[in-house]
Amino acid sequence: MKAFDYTRADDLSQAVGSPAMLIAGGTNLLDLMKLEVATPDALLDINRIGLRDIAREGAGLRIGALVSNSDCAAHPRIRADWPLLSRAILAGASPQLRNKATMGGNLCQRTRCGYFMDGHSPCNKREPGTGCAAQGGVNRNHAILGASDACIATYPGDMAVALSALRATVETEGPDGVREIAMRDFHRLPKDDPSRDNVLKPGEVITAIRLPAPFGGRQLYRKVRDRASYAFALVSVAAAIRMDAGRIDAAQLAFGSIAHKPWTDERVEKMLVGERPSAALFDKAADLLLEDAQGQGDNDFKILLTRRTLAAALAEATGE
Amino acid sequence: MAQRPAARLTVNGQSHEISGDPRRSLLDVLRLDLGLTGTKKGCDHGQCGACTVIVNGRRINSCLTLAVMHDGDEVTTIEGLGQPDALSALQAAFVAHDGFQCGYCTPGQICSATAMIEEIRAGWPSAATADPADKPAIADAEIRERMSGNLCRCGAYDNILAAIRDAMDAEAAQ
Repeated sequence: MKAFDYTRADDLSQAVGSPAMLIAGGTNLLDLMKLEVATPDALLDINRIGLRDIAREGAGLRIGALVSNSDCAAHPRIRADWPLLSRAILAGASPQLRNKATMGGNLCQRTRCGYFMDGHSPCNKREPGTGCAAQGGVNRNHAILGASDACIATYPGDMAVALSALRATVETEGPDGVREIAMRDFHRLPKDDPSRDNVLKPGEVITAIRLPAPFGGRQLYRKVRDRASYAFALVSVAAAIRMDAGRIDAAQLAFGSIAHKPWTDERVEKMLVGERPSAALFDKAADLLLEDAQGQGDNDFKILLTRRTLAAALAEATGE
Repeated sequence: MAQRPAARLTVNGQSHEISGDPRRSLLDVLRLDLGLTGTKKGCDHGQCGACTVIVNGRRINSCLTLAVMHDGDEVTTIEGLGQPDALSALQAAFVAHDGFQCGYCTPGQICSATAMIEEIRAGWPSAATADPADKPAIADAEIRERMSGNLCRCGAYDNILAAIRDAMDAEAAQ
């Protein structure tokens, strides 16, 4: 690990605008620092600046950025009214990691692309302009939607997929003030600048995640992976579905590990509304979702896997 | 302004001042500075769980956290849970059920299980809980899922499960 300066922040104002790399749970950052993929000159420890409350806000909920993933998943109101969020958090990592990982830090975790992580292969995300070793390389975990010539990495997390389906927002404070970003717009597609995972500006700090009023209906997080627990998704589907008299009344969907961000497609959500659930309908939804899907070789199977995972999730969520 | 480090933390009831290179993980400080070698370094990347310790009542991977970040924290390692002449209930159950082969993962398994039992008691759900709103049951599927952050390369999982189950059942019967 490269040497760095370490300081502790006493309040949020010291973190906003700081040129230092912020550290909270540190489970991903320290892993990357050991690999020397991340080499910050300075770390600012933000564990003592508050932001640990979960509070009612109208019909919704405001979750402080430094609430641990464990505390969020175990919170009685979240388990009862936003169960999709609890399910997605509990589907990820291990209890030890969830105890350290924070809500804000989880959103900022980096890709697990092997070429990004190895510290020396050409990688436009780690070292802009060097190329992308994953294209033509081992790319079983990589993107099937929204990739670019510069990068085919995926966003690996589960929690942000659920938050995207639930239409949560991210509250930030930066040198220019406070702003609120839709979860669906927080992470970026790689385009020609894959070094940026999300739309945070320099010096901007995530302060909270906001959940809108409970959606109700049936909510589930279906994650397909290589072992039963403690593994990243190959494909995941977050689904919240409300039914009315045998027809789909409302559908909110997001997909994990198939793109550089939690993937959402409003066209798919809209086409389901008013329809009676059936295998044919789920197939049509997958056709639309995957019309631009592109395999990279090793990950070609993810296209069919996404189709089948979507169908299984919709069947369960609609009671079909 | 933000202050420079040095951290005072309590390990198994004893207070220690930590200073020097901030790069050192809690794991390295426990083993190298404090001589508490019960906590093991396996992967050093948070993937195996051998370094699991309990900080302020919560189990964490001590390899993925800097010692200097733990100013004011209370750390419990395997040495703090019991000693050869005074084993904790879980330690005794691991012996009784032969819950290990080489023993390298065992301190992490026992620290992890000790905190896991508290998590179930607090009603925390897991991915094995059918409805996250429900109170979790004491069931093998729950224990397996909740212990998934601790790998055992000898594959002693069945006996580890039996040991944990036994300790939980004995406690529930009291």
